[in-house]
Amino acid sequence: MRIAKPNTCFWQGSKACAEGAITAGCRFFAGYPITPASEIAEHMARRLPQVGGIAIQMEDEMASIGAIIGASWAGTKAMTATSGPGFSLMQEFIGYAFMTETPCVIVNAQRAGPSTGQATKCGQGDVMQSRWGTHGDYSAIVLSPNSVQEMFTLTVRAFNLAEKYRTPVILLSDETITHMREQITVPSVNNVEIVNRRKPRRGEKAFFGLEEIPPMPAVGEGFNVAVTGSTHDEYGIRFTADPLVHIKLVKRLNSKIRNNSNEISDFEEYNIEDCQIGVISYGCTSRAIYEAVEKAESKGVKTGYIRLKTIWPFPGNVVRKMVENANKIIVPELNLGQIRYEVEKASNGLAKVIPLNKIGGGELITPEELLATILKEAKTND
Amino acid sequence: MLNRIEVRISGLGGQGVVLAGQILGKAAVYAGKNVVQTQSYGAEARGSAARSEVIISDGKIGFPIVRKCDILIAMSQEAVEKNVGDLKEGGLLLIDSTTIKSAPEIGGRTFQIPATKTSEKVFKEKLYTNIIMLGALIKITKIVDGKFVEKAIRSTLSEKVATINIKAYRKGTKLV
Amino acid sequence: MTENFSIRKYLRDLKLPFCPGCGIPTIMNTFLRAVHELGYENLNNFVFCSGIGCSSWIPSPYFNADSIHTPHGRSIPVATGIKLLHPKLNVVVFGGDGDIVGIGMSHFIHAARRNLDILVIMVNNMVYGMTGGQVAPTTPFKTKTATTPYGSFEQPLDATRLAVAAGACYSARWTTAHSNDLKESIKKAIQTKGFRFIEVVSQCPTAYGRRAGFKNIAEMLKWFKENSVPIHQAEKTSEKELEKRIIIGEFVERRRPTIGETIHAMIKEVQMNAEQN
Repeated sequence: MRIAKPNTCFWQGSKACAEGAITAGCRFFAGYPITPASEIAEHMARRLPQVGGIAIQMEDEMASIGAIIGASWAGTKAMTATSGPGFSLMQEFIGYAFMTETPCVIVNAQRAGPSTGQATKCGQGDVMQSRWGTHGDYSAIVLSPNSVQEMFTLTVRAFNLAEKYRTPVILLSDETITHMREQITVPSVNNVEIVNRRKPRRGEKAFFGLEEIPPMPAVGEGFNVAVTGSTHDEYGIRFTADPLVHIKLVKRLNSKIRNNSNEISDFEEYNIEDCQIGVISYGCTSRAIYEAVEKAESKGVKTGYIRLKTIWPFPGNVVRKMVENANKIIVPELNLGQIRYEVEKASNGLAKVIPLNKIGGGELITPEELLATILKEAKTND
Repeated sequence: MLNRIEVRISGLGGQGVVLAGQILGKAAVYAGKNVVQTQSYGAEARGSAARSEVIISDGKIGFPIVRKCDILIAMSQEAVEKNVGDLKEGGLLLIDSTTIKSAPEIGGRTFQIPATKTSEKVFKEKLYTNIIMLGALIKITKIVDGKFVEKAIRSTLSEKVATINIKAYRKGTKLV
Repeated sequence: MTENFSIRKYLRDLKLPFCPGCGIPTIMNTFLRAVHELGYENLNNFVFCSGIGCSSWIPSPYFNADSIHTPHGRSIPVATGIKLLHPKLNVVVFGGDGDIVGIGMSHFIHAARRNLDILVIMVNNMVYGMTGGQVAPTTPFKTKTATTPYGSFEQPLDATRLAVAAGACYSARWTTAHSNDLKESIKKAIQTKGFRFIEVVSQCPTAYGRRAGFKNIAEMLKWFKENSVPIHQAEKTSEKELEKRIIIGEFVERRRPTIGETIHAMIKEVQMNAEQN
């Protein structure tokens, strides 16, 4: 009843996410009920006490993310899970976690918005919000699972990146991937790479910047750490007007992610160096690409794909590699077009970007619809 | 046995269509298959249209949603009317004959299972309709070995509830 | 013991930012004096959480201690995460009336309801001071503020009674004109278990006093003194007579199981059962 045993299981995405978190060392969860993320909270509520951890339902989403930030400063790995409306409420604290370099994991199981939208139906409308949702200059790390297996492995990775870079990490899932059940190979905990934040040595005092990623003490350890969301120097002392302190802090916070984007970035690629038509996809929508690409190839269309496992930082490099050959890139999304702009930017006019969008009712873009678009685009030369 | 089989279980929220799909899926995983199970329901906890889908395959499963199903289980009049169009030609239709009064004419085989009636008669409540339907399905199609279904029931439900559900499952296998 | 009191050992070597005549330094001093009198040589056993507003700057970063300066109104959720994981640390929240019972009201009520074992000290200056003197949930009826130029048309909130209703184990109200009572109250609150709340009515000469019609700080403090009614006396006084008065004293003292005690007992039980299975 401790860490999940290695085995082949049939789990819901939400359970894989919760078990992945526990395997990564998460021992504190705070959340607020919301479809389609509630099962993650329910699972954590049952499982965390068994491993000596705490799961609590807070009064709202702001309190939930606030509590996990407190937990993180108490030295414990912590997570919250929500969907669009709750994710909107969490934005202020996401900026705070970024500014204070607080490792934590926020799961957003996307549903159809805006507002309450279609609460039980799948959507991918929060892609840009996950990058630009809070105010000010910041950089986000956002992961995108497309299977129950990845709900486990990418949750572990989300914790590892959060701990390594001392920053909040968003696991941007969706209703389909969170709610579906699928077989999953649960790894032995000894075979899972687990990263823990670097702790300061006795006498160290700079927890906010002498190095790119500074060490992080916990409260109660005698370091007298001063944490603030206001602009601060290396020692956490507030400077509310000094431009140099602000520039130094905000530039470092952004560059520690941007400078490491190659290491953070992760994707699955197929045939990108020899394709006429490229497909770039992520999350639930990417489940249609395998069948569509296979069928397109059997009809003689050279097709390749990039399936994003990290959406942000966006892996522009691999898109640039794809457009050396592909003259068209199709971007299917369950929204009215979000990542397509990022693809357009990266392809820099070398390929025509064709958005394939669908919203409402939670209906996914089917392999047939994607195939039809591939075949149509392969035939037309414009 | 087919290389890939797609099942849709449809009914109303509260009838346990998700649980039935979950148990079928888990049983197929125990049998060594690749499985994806998805569900779709309204915002209301009870009474709105609900469906659960299971794809069982020897190969990798990409797209997780059933577009055309090989097997349709329907547990309400609305469910059969709404979903029968998605049944493949020559597909198999299982309907709960207690709740569905007029079964549509289809090209393939149709089985009428008095599931709700049996549940009420044997267990004094209609709670076990879903598992009775599942029992009938397994008996007719043998898509997975019954022992895996019983194992899946045991590993999904608490001991007491599992015992009754296994009884319901076995009852279902005897209705066809 | 009081002879040896030196505030400096508890503070970082930084210049305080508060306006001349502000009540905050009095409260800061009183709090640290209480800590000193309880025998704490340093603040290592304390963690301070605060939100946004002048009084949230009391601990952050001036106290030589762990301090977490959170977004506006969100100090209590952050304190919740810390306290549940570190039951032995004294977690103290400082905040203003806008922070604690304006934007952060819901967290305040829920922390009291859960009986989270923390001490919340709310500095009530009856106004949003840092932003320039806008009406607060605590502004007295008809008082002129920057956003109620014709006088406030809302009734103020009684946060101390709200804490009692929500389940606090200790709830008290004082003013900056009652620093000795306040000090004793803080000492008692630090030693009490459960959700503890102390409201300190404080003067803000810059953003409140001027518009509300006070000529100087002495006038405000005099007003605090003359308008304060001890709770035992207030209980015998009519509601009409208590209008615009400040009821001071200890409103509740009780013992209830804290959320931390309950959670940690539950975890122990769950783990024992899990091991047996």
